[in-house]
Amino acid sequence: MIPSSFTYKKASSVSDALAMLKEHGDEATLLAGGHSLIPALKLRLNDYGYLIDISKISELKSIDDKGDHIEIGAGVTHGEIVDSALLQSKVPFFSEAADLIGDVQVRNMGTIGGSIAHADPAADWPALLLAADATINIHNGSSSRSVAAADFFQGLFHTAVEEGEMITSISVPVSANAKTKYIKFMQPASRFAIVGCAVNLEMSGGTISSAKVAYAGVSATPFRDSAVEATLAGKSLDDATIEAAGNAAADSASIMSDHFASESYRKQMAKVYTKRALKALA
Amino acid sequence: MNITTKVNGKEIAREIDDRTMLSTFLREELSLTGTHIGCDTSGCGACTVLLNGKAVKSCTVLAARVDGEEVTTIEGMSNGSLHPLQEGFKEEHGLQCGFCTPGMIMTAADLLSRNSNPSEQEIRESLEGNFCRCTGYHNIVKAVQYAADKMNG
Amino acid sequence: MSYIGKSVKRVEDKRFITGKGNYTDDIKLPNMTAGIFVRSPYAHAKIKSVDISAAESSPGVVKVFTGEDIAASGINGVPCGWQVNFKNGDTMKEPPHPLLVKDKVLHMGDAVAFIIAENYAQAKDAVEKVVVDYENLDAVTDPEEAAKGGAPLVHDDAPGNVCFDWELGDPKDEVAAALANSHHVTTLDLTNQRVVPNAIEPRSAIGHYEDAGDKFTLYTTSQNPHLTRLLLCAFVLGIPEHKVRVVAPDVGGGFGSKIFHYTEEAMVIWASREINRPIKWTAERSESFLTDAHGRDHKTHVQMGFDKDGKITALQSTTFANLGAYLSTFAPAVPTYLHGTLMQGLYTSPKINVDVTGVFTHTNAVDAYRGAGRPEATYQLERLMDLAALEMGMDPIELRKINFIPKFDGVNEPGYATRVALQYDSGDYHGVVDKALEMVGYEAFRKEQASLDNGKLLGIGFSTYIEACGIAPSAVVGALGARAGLFESAQVRVQPTGKVSVYSGSHSHGQGHETTFAQVVADRLGIPLEDVEIVHGDSEAVAFGMGTYGSRSLAVGGSAIVKSIDKVIEKGAKIAAHKLESRVEDLEYAEGKWTVKGTDKSISFGDVSLTAYVPHDYPADLEPGLDFSSFYDPANFTYPFGCHVAIVEVDKETGQVKLKRFIAVDDVGNIINPMIVEGQIHGGLAQGIGQALFEGTVYSDSGTLMNASFMDYSMPRADDLPNFEVDRTVTPCPHNPLGVKGAGEAGCIGSTPAVVNAVIDALWKGGHEVKDIQMPLISERVWNAMQNGSSN
Repeated sequence: MIPSSFTYKKASSVSDALAMLKEHGDEATLLAGGHSLIPALKLRLNDYGYLIDISKISELKSIDDKGDHIEIGAGVTHGEIVDSALLQSKVPFFSEAADLIGDVQVRNMGTIGGSIAHADPAADWPALLLAADATINIHNGSSSRSVAAADFFQGLFHTAVEEGEMITSISVPVSANAKTKYIKFMQPASRFAIVGCAVNLEMSGGTISSAKVAYAGVSATPFRDSAVEATLAGKSLDDATIEAAGNAAADSASIMSDHFASESYRKQMAKVYTKRALKALA
Repeated sequence: MNITTKVNGKEIAREIDDRTMLSTFLREELSLTGTHIGCDTSGCGACTVLLNGKAVKSCTVLAARVDGEEVTTIEGMSNGSLHPLQEGFKEEHGLQCGFCTPGMIMTAADLLSRNSNPSEQEIRESLEGNFCRCTGYHNIVKAVQYAADKMNG
Repeated sequence: MSYIGKSVKRVEDKRFITGKGNYTDDIKLPNMTAGIFVRSPYAHAKIKSVDISAAESSPGVVKVFTGEDIAASGINGVPCGWQVNFKNGDTMKEPPHPLLVKDKVLHMGDAVAFIIAENYAQAKDAVEKVVVDYENLDAVTDPEEAAKGGAPLVHDDAPGNVCFDWELGDPKDEVAAALANSHHVTTLDLTNQRVVPNAIEPRSAIGHYEDAGDKFTLYTTSQNPHLTRLLLCAFVLGIPEHKVRVVAPDVGGGFGSKIFHYTEEAMVIWASREINRPIKWTAERSESFLTDAHGRDHKTHVQMGFDKDGKITALQSTTFANLGAYLSTFAPAVPTYLHGTLMQGLYTSPKINVDVTGVFTHTNAVDAYRGAGRPEATYQLERLMDLAALEMGMDPIELRKINFIPKFDGVNEPGYATRVALQYDSGDYHGVVDKALEMVGYEAFRKEQASLDNGKLLGIGFSTYIEACGIAPSAVVGALGARAGLFESAQVRVQPTGKVSVYSGSHSHGQGHETTFAQVVADRLGIPLEDVEIVHGDSEAVAFGMGTYGSRSLAVGGSAIVKSIDKVIEKGAKIAAHKLESRVEDLEYAEGKWTVKGTDKSISFGDVSLTAYVPHDYPADLEPGLDFSSFYDPANFTYPFGCHVAIVEVDKETGQVKLKRFIAVDDVGNIINPMIVEGQIHGGLAQGIGQALFEGTVYSDSGTLMNASFMDYSMPRADDLPNFEVDRTVTPCPHNPLGVKGAGEAGCIGSTPAVVNAVIDALWKGGHEVKDIQMPLISERVWNAMQNGSSN
């Protein structure tokens, strides 16, 4: 298999990449890890005149401690997130989730920025970013803007990134009182999520002061479930709370269906996995 | 376009079509046919090579992407004598038809570079991106354990 | 030294572990072009027009062929190698399978055009420029639906989509009467779902025509190059066999799917002559999914009757077997002679009737896949046994044991004649079961099962099996409809220096023949293993061959080698007697030399072989040389058997099944290389477990294969499986010289029902009295079964 012809351009910096994007308009796309883009090109589901390789831009590759948040460069690989001591200690569910993405080869190449730009509904990162209340930092060459995760994921393979823009980093808030967990029910062939459940509880002593619970794989657009969050807020993380929270999961979502999991089963699994994620934090 | 890369320790300069995959570059341009193509969409792991020491699926990496970087293929694993992983696959009957074997060995090399004493479960998880249809993985796990033991002396 | 029975490390490994294997796609020929097929996205559609003009003028395109060209050139389709007759004696329906379709595509992936370009990228670019105007038609993919009146017809001349109907065993009314009089009848409606073989090496073929000698060479991913050559020459292209060389170099797994002669092989050969250049075609994975012959796909209604003690009274099995749109090489044999004949299992069943309807559908061809018919038979019998035990409140092992055929060795008695046409060679069925139970720790397991309390259900499932291997005795299979005998050939060429080259018609694509066969030769000749080289896979090197499938290589191909070795030793003895000034009958051959009995006078194998080629001092009445060919046609099938046990954990909340342990005790007769045999068992287990838990095609109503990629078709990965616990008993085959039975398919035959039985057992222990869950046992199906008490 081989893609249609294109011109490969290696970007040496963010401004370099954005200049190339500007020059080629919608004929160009950005190449990060390539693990979604390249198969699509080889299957000829997509084609572009220009591929702008951003995988070697060093300014996109760091994970920085900014005090109240951690900034993860868009070009950081899943594998680097698994291994990041900073994330392991401050936002553990990021490292947990990264370790569940694809396989070691995919984690060595695939990047967090590439994944969220692609916005596959069964990918893990969107749920994490929503539950972490992360912001996505986007640059267009002349200015930058930050978009809250809640506003970023707009539908099936659809995000807030506009033509001429690129994601440069993700800012993940850090709290000393947070408890986080990500677990996923994998589709057995692709190992994408049938249900991915990301939980981020802000604790005040033994009480949940606020909860953020988000899902991957359940709906065409990743979502936070306010009904689940409402059952958790102000409660202690006991069996009754967990049961109630789980039972509330995915009730108002529009749920996907495929030959591995029907709509009703997927919804039920969202409930089960919500309980399991919460139990792991109890 | 022109690329310069180091493959199995040897400097290589070539002119390539921009859309050439690393797997195709290795097989067609360099005649390193030990890197196999089983699905061509990063599903099976047969094409796994090391890029700067890390396992990647070469069917999903552009050859252009390895300009200035280092690639190791199965052909680069033995230096006169077999690598402990190669030896392990033979000693433990970790291969049958041999088609997935290079990818398995390269993926296992990545694992052992990160974890010199992996458990059975860690070995199995690290090989999740590599299909084998012949061995049921049983002896592949033993082959990796053999190599780990040998490398640990 | 002795090599038999030793786990000799494989001699073929070095090239594979160093990346020096030589697979078809690795081969580059000067001036070679690349070929790509344009395939139908529809399961059933009329071709209104094919416009190739843009493709023809695409850069680098050498030639584009369509179905019109194939029809105009008068090329036959690829043939079927096995004939099954209707019950009324009529010949089965055998519609043509053209290399490229002209009028109507009959399955998704059917080929409509073939593009040849200077290189692969150019061919690929041109594919998109072929414009085919299709008129989409209704399709049918399910064999039972297809055989109902009113279903869309696949072939106009096959009414009701029936290829054949067939039965075996006792008269149906007698079986029905016995069932009616039974104390208990267990009934199951089973779907043995369609699976995709998915050898990791995709199929590939290179056609190379050389006009100077008017010769053709086909390099192909084949399990039997000679049969491919025969079919290609005699039936498809009508080209002379002696002008055609077929090479199957290193082949990356087959599992049945590379036995058959495929249209693509004929296409590259024919087209290579047309353009007078070599052409390589290699399947993309999606093409493998769409065109490698699939396996299984049976819908079966089966009933087994028991008396009050649990003795089997009768069995009625009625199957609709999906053959796909076209008949693949062995397709009709699989649901009939490889399935119906195994429906007695290990049991003494008084009445059996097996009824099979072979059905065309708008799907890819179905043919032999690891086990081929025997897994389908075993699945019915062994699901019935465990379910009957649950229904009757008996222990599943006890139920089996009271029905087992008693031990027999086939030496002191003629073997065991079944009611379904076979004569089992030798067996000790209690032996494998007892050993398996010991390995399981059955008593302790039942206690653990009863006391488990962690949100999981624990289940144990059993399966025993018997299979017919070492296919096949020509006289027997000829009478059954095979259009060729299934013997094997072997040439043992002793070189002047005493080194030995062996040319085998078997083909190794993972089985390790280069080692196992060499062990046999070195052992019999008493020479070092390193002095033996096994050559296979090239029709120009090997006299003839029937290839590798049906666990036949050692039982049939190995026996042919033994015959040739015997001839070498016999002739060698004459030379030795001359040199030792002795009589042949006074010599004995051992440890690589002939010795005059009772003396220290001897001559080595190497000295004799040198003398054979430098015959200055030589028996007057003897030809020079030491080189013998043999053809071995077995007297009977061989019958491996075994007992498999699965232990699973089922998650009550999700239905997820975790295979905790798998125990397999197999009896494959004598063993040459235990390491290789165990490897074969492991691989078979993974595929059988794969069918139970992971694998299966999903078709849309319109006939689209919905899971034609590794992203959607699930197969076992390393972390899905446990370490296997395997052991064996040894009951030699009484009718071949090595006493071997064959190990290639055993793992795949016994494991599938054991796993499903284990899940059913777990559910019963949890209070869900479920009879069946449709394979693969994906979580949702198991979960639904727990919610509803029945399968979805």
